[in-house]
Amino acid sequence: MSEFSVDGEPVRFVEGQTVAAALVATGRVAWRTTRTGRRPRGVFCGIGVCFDCLVAVDGVPGQRACLVPARAGMAVTTGEGDDD
Amino acid sequence: MTEPADLVVVGAGPAGMAAAVTALAGGLRVALVDSGTTVGGQFWRHPPEHARAAIPTDDLHHRLREHRALCGALSAGREAGRLDARLAHHVWSAVHEDGGFAVHAVDRRTPPRERTVVLRAPRLLVATGAYDRQLPFPGWDLPGVLTVGGLQALLKGGGVVAGSRVALGGTGPFLLPVAAALAARGAEVVAVCEAAHPGAWLRHPGALLRNPGKWAEGAGYAAALARHRVRVRPRTAIVAAEGDDRVTSVRIAALAADGSPRPGTERRAAVDAVGVGWGFVPQLDLLLPFGCRLTETADGNAVVAVDDGRRTSVPGLYAAGETCGVGGAALALAEGRLAAESVLADSGAASVLGPARRAGVRAAVARGRAFARALALAHPVPPAWSSWLTDETVVCRCEEVSAGTVRAARADDDARDHRQVKHLTRAGMGWCQGRMCGPAVHCLAAGEGAYTPAERLVATPLTLGALADLDDRPSAATDTGGTDKECS
Repeated sequence: MSEFSVDGEPVRFVEGQTVAAALVATGRVAWRTTRTGRRPRGVFCGIGVCFDCLVAVDGVPGQRACLVPARAGMAVTTGEGDDD
Repeated sequence: MTEPADLVVVGAGPAGMAAAVTALAGGLRVALVDSGTTVGGQFWRHPPEHARAAIPTDDLHHRLREHRALCGALSAGREAGRLDARLAHHVWSAVHEDGGFAVHAVDRRTPPRERTVVLRAPRLLVATGAYDRQLPFPGWDLPGVLTVGGLQALLKGGGVVAGSRVALGGTGPFLLPVAAALAARGAEVVAVCEAAHPGAWLRHPGALLRNPGKWAEGAGYAAALARHRVRVRPRTAIVAAEGDDRVTSVRIAALAADGSPRPGTERRAAVDAVGVGWGFVPQLDLLLPFGCRLTETADGNAVVAVDDGRRTSVPGLYAAGETCGVGGAALALAEGRLAAESVLADSGAASVLGPARRAGVRAAVARGRAFARALALAHPVPPAWSSWLTDETVVCRCEEVSAGTVRAARADDDARDHRQVKHLTRAGMGWCQGRMCGPAVHCLAAGEGAYTPAERLVATPLTLGALADLDDRPSAATDTGGTDKECS
């Protein structure tokens, strides 16, 4: 298993999984907060259509976790602001 | 491939693969573009090739023999220098240019890096598939509630089971393979809530009799579900999901004939994941800006109108699979072949199938379309589905617009379609551009008629930086960057 980081914390993943799949495999289903209602969101459609699972990858915001393949050493940041 | 292509195929699911392989067999040079990291689309979604030993998923698939044959043919086409396979390329626009087509894509093979690519050819085939149709219900925005397709994508693409106690709900046969796959991977499927009445199929005996393969497929799922003791509950629906930060339970109700919950039938089931889907919405984003003639299918979707060779009303533009109406993988394969045959004929190239086999494929398409129609009529969106909504229920997930706000736009401001509702309430104006809430807002506002998605001039968001690098020289050869080695 390899590792990438989510908000500085290590997440182990199987090579070939997306960031979303790796997070769900660890039991995490939410990693973003909505702008208006401050509600938690994570993966919903899983195929890049709904944009609920947005994260920042290596500092670049607006990335769909369900589409981005996890890569060892990748720095994923989550939380607020990703949907602005 | 250094020569310009004769055909660009967008979408490498069953339809696009079959089309590309047929066009290659006919001697054409083909560019095949897909946003996925492998070919196969949603139906044959796989982990990347290098990861398949670590993430085995073959047991979750159907028709793998055809998949392998198509992959083999694509690999041969690439080795012969006639296939330009562009995986992890997201097409954001397709336009007319110099009598042909220019397909603008973003290369996202190494995210977050983005690079623009333009693929040009005299002919374009759009086989972009479909995604799950959603109907909002209280709590559907809670983490742990996914689309049925999302649950399956995690399974087939990453070997990940999204929960240990899962409830599925909605309508249509797609619920069954996902329930079977979840159970096969150790999840407890606590309920499969199918809104339709099983007897609805009896009104379409002809479509069933002419498609015996579908019987076998259905029997296979029934056996798998029985083995895992999973019960399909007809005429029920998940009418609410509950929990604080993630879903912890669902409320399930028996449905009256119009789809409204029967009073006194509600019960609660503890779950940690939910999958919902009400059929599919065809992905028409690249087709609508061309002004192709549209038509309606029995499932309530507007789809692109095609002739019996899968030609759209725009010369040089073809469609196959779900963009012509939701119908499943077998139909998509046949339509892909048929569309490529038309491309060959219109390019002055010889037929690959020959007249007899082409007639056979045409007949299979007609049978498949009749089955799809029967399926849509047997698994309708329940007319009274909106009775599950409270005024507080989120309808537009992106902009967090509630059912009450959408209803007020209709009642107070006389909004009669999803475009008017969007202008008044921002529903459909967020990141997903109405892909999730569009059909529901259409139902709430218009109440009838087929759902035609809003025209989206940019089909996938891209950075201004990537746009600034855009290669817009009309006569330039296609981009010289690396073609994907991985094709299966």
